[in-house]
Amino acid sequence: MKSQKDIAKEIRRKAIKKNWQLFRRSKLGMIGLYIVIFFLFLTILQPILFITGVWNKGVYDPVVGYSEQFQEFLVVECPKEYPTDKYDERSDCPGRTEVNIRTLFYSDAEVGETIIQNLQPAPPSRKHILGTDSLGRDVFSQIMEGSQVAFVLGLLSATLGVGISTILGTIAAFFGGRIDSYLMRQSDLILMLPTLPLLFIISAFAELKIWHLAVVLGTIGGLGGSVITIKSQALQVKVKPFVDSARITGGSRMNILFSHVLPNVAPLALLFMVFSVTGAIASESVLSFLGLLNIDMSWGLMIYLAQVEGFIFSGMKFWWLILPAGLSVTFLTGGFYLVGRGLDEVFNPRLRDR
Amino acid sequence: MSNTLIEVKNLEKYFEVSGGLFSRNKTIVKAVDGISFNIPFGSSLGLVGQSGCGKTTTARALSLLDPKTGGEVNFYNKESESMQSIDELEGEELKKFRRNIQMIFQDPYESLNPRWNIKDIILEPLNIHNIGDLKDREDAVYEILKTVGLTPPENYMPRYPHELSGGQRQRVSIARTLIMKPKFVVCDEPTSMLDVSIRISIMDLMLNLAKDLEVSYLYITHDLAVARYMCDQIAVMFNGKIVEIAKTEDLLNNPIHPYTKRLISSIPIPDPSYNREQYEVNFEELDSIIANNSESKAMIEVSEDHFVATHDVKGLL
Amino acid sequence: MNILEVKNLNMSYKTIDGEVEAVKDVSFSVKEGESFGLVGESGCGKTSVAMSLLQLQADNGKITNGEIVFDGIDIVGLNESELREVRWSGISIVFQGAMNSWNPVVKIGEQIREAMREHYPDKTKDENTKKILELFNIVGLDETIIDRFPHELSGGMKQRAVIALALSCDPKLIIADEPTTALDVVIQDQILNEIRKVQEVLGLSLIYISHDIAVIAEMTDNMAVMYAGSIVEMGNTNKVFSNPQHSYTRMLLESTPSIVGPKKKLRSLDGEPPSLINTDPYCLFSYRCPNPDDNCKNRNLEMQLIKIEEDHYADKCCVNCG
Repeated sequence: MKSQKDIAKEIRRKAIKKNWQLFRRSKLGMIGLYIVIFFLFLTILQPILFITGVWNKGVYDPVVGYSEQFQEFLVVECPKEYPTDKYDERSDCPGRTEVNIRTLFYSDAEVGETIIQNLQPAPPSRKHILGTDSLGRDVFSQIMEGSQVAFVLGLLSATLGVGISTILGTIAAFFGGRIDSYLMRQSDLILMLPTLPLLFIISAFAELKIWHLAVVLGTIGGLGGSVITIKSQALQVKVKPFVDSARITGGSRMNILFSHVLPNVAPLALLFMVFSVTGAIASESVLSFLGLLNIDMSWGLMIYLAQVEGFIFSGMKFWWLILPAGLSVTFLTGGFYLVGRGLDEVFNPRLRDR
Repeated sequence: MSNTLIEVKNLEKYFEVSGGLFSRNKTIVKAVDGISFNIPFGSSLGLVGQSGCGKTTTARALSLLDPKTGGEVNFYNKESESMQSIDELEGEELKKFRRNIQMIFQDPYESLNPRWNIKDIILEPLNIHNIGDLKDREDAVYEILKTVGLTPPENYMPRYPHELSGGQRQRVSIARTLIMKPKFVVCDEPTSMLDVSIRISIMDLMLNLAKDLEVSYLYITHDLAVARYMCDQIAVMFNGKIVEIAKTEDLLNNPIHPYTKRLISSIPIPDPSYNREQYEVNFEELDSIIANNSESKAMIEVSEDHFVATHDVKGLL
Repeated sequence: MNILEVKNLNMSYKTIDGEVEAVKDVSFSVKEGESFGLVGESGCGKTSVAMSLLQLQADNGKITNGEIVFDGIDIVGLNESELREVRWSGISIVFQGAMNSWNPVVKIGEQIREAMREHYPDKTKDENTKKILELFNIVGLDETIIDRFPHELSGGMKQRAVIALALSCDPKLIIADEPTTALDVVIQDQILNEIRKVQEVLGLSLIYISHDIAVIAEMTDNMAVMYAGSIVEMGNTNKVFSNPQHSYTRMLLESTPSIVGPKKKLRSLDGEPPSLINTDPYCLFSYRCPNPDDNCKNRNLEMQLIKIEEDHYADKCCVNCG
């Protein structure tokens, strides 16, 4: 004889299993999930490597680590005309282990001598699988740090934003009248404002750290367009017979709002949350890229440094300074988006194939 | 005086519809345009009519969902032993009064909150009105589940609506409705979305519970045959007004109003050998009854408890 | 002369939970000019049968076995272009809720002409228009409707227009799947009259699908009762109504309230309709039968229609009980 609790637990388990099965059927959702899990893994990996001592903090810390990389270079003088015996084209000189004497400053080396130069930024090697940046910091470690930043920022701002928009949207739907009008006008206003320029302005007045940014993004997002969508969903729920039933029974408005309307709006809100994470991460990278954020390390910052120090325009010679960070932003935001798509198929039966 | 539970006099529900973006004109839609009837204790009235006639609006007004715009609705007050207008109720009194009226909806799929389990759905009225302690409430849910035929109750209480069939869901709705032992239940076509083979079981359940608990029904339907099965009296509604109201068999055997006659004659009969006669709309009989009645009232009593409306439907039929 | 012969039709749908056997071994025939009724509750397979007849089933549905012989040709094996010739000019269909499937931005007349152009590419616009007006006359629609938009029409008018659309390519057989569900009973009466008139005037065969046995009683010459994908009783409508053999048929008849006759106690069925996944060939109704005999309880007999009398068949499992 199963007790009620057992039956309830079993039913919950079955429901979760069914939802999971539905999610699994969505190829896009699964791809997105794998991507997100991969980055989550990176997030956890870094502290583990430090704690277990596999990585020496002095060398591998993404902000203050330093790795010496020296290499011997042969000093040569590049000829004016090509081809020559040694070089076929102009771009062959200097070669990988050579340095042109004309680019040397403050050095009394002569052609034919070998000098030892600091090779930062160093290309990927066994010690540093993604190389180091111009300050000798390990790029892979920076990617992992950036992953932590992205997740924290993304989830914080998404939760805040969704929390605000759900409450406001439901209140607007429920009370109607002036409150509704006001909230809709407010939403329209926020929608009109372009987010990025607004962030620029804010960063001019205040020093933005990561969690400041999260709050700002969350608030702006929360007060914006999603209020309207949540309101429309809440309106649909409001006219359902079970809400009428609760009203006839004598339930108070607050009671109905919290126990009937909100739980049925929640799935949509969850969906929004996932999508707004992508916006948050993307916004951060743009702001960092423009040097407007006060953070120690993030993917946007990595690209910012690469640009400021002139490495972006060197073509693919310093690819490890740009590609990992750029691809990380792209993939993680894409991953969250795909998870959102997968979730959409779970919540929205009409999208399913059958 | 009598055992009248609810008294409706000239109930009106008008809607204002604005004439569009650039128009100042507001049209008034008279969804319910002055209807009157009485329902005794433990008796049921069927409200029959085609879509748009105003029966659902009436249901919503009587269950206090949407406020009426005119007319009187009087309810029997046990304490004062007299009829009391619902307009006088507000606040706490109104909330207490709501225990007496409930409604069962048409759509079994939308009338239960998909996020609540069955136990909580049926518990809700008890929680709202703070009846008894937790144990009492759970026992009451258990008992009512047995009464509506969802046994064993333990199997149903933790389940969610989407796991139940349409018929089972309507039973849950009935359980939730009747757990407060209301005196008056408005039923808005509760079986029209169910399979034919289980309709009777739901209707029989409602009839039995009505007898045991002395509940009166206002039974809304477009199907006269169902109204005949469920109701003691039937009111035929058209265009916001009642055109005829009488005891069930009286209405079916002796319809007076042309609209009623037309309605009855349009219903297909489940017997291939039955020859159904089509009714050609004929107003003469009605006109002569109106002429013979000196008082100009909205409804004329043609025989005991049998009323016919006199308002003009000629243009509409 | 049989315009349609369905022999051992089997159809199933692939779903996430398994293969749903929606139509199991269904056989029936429809003569020229005859009106054939298919009655049963939701999920019994009647709409699936209708869809199979025109190969309009959903993507995950497939006819796994059987023949559908229309006018002498088995249409099960036909390819898409051959099927298109059969559709509308051989067999046409009035769907459930068809009145809501009109394109709201195109005039009614134009939508009907569109269908006619598919099948009669050589006819001129005037010829088509003339034909449409004739059809409107038969179904009781005013001439002006041809230039109206769907939203200007009432439900009843839209449904009549749907019937005109179904007739536009001179089909020999029309399938009507619950054509009057959303309509008021007075309008329904009018539409049913129109359908009967159309049948007489044009000599059409009709397959009428409904869950409402009263309509089936009035509209059909022969009928079949379906339950859980199979036909459980079939035959001349009068005979089935006056002498129902299968428990399910009896229950259907006894659970329908009527406004004529004495007020009697009606019966109802317990239990839920069965799952149609992985069914066996034994009677799926037995667990709900009010008076099962031993064969029924032990599920010994495979389902098979046997002859009760001339023009009247019922599933052998259920013949002697209830």
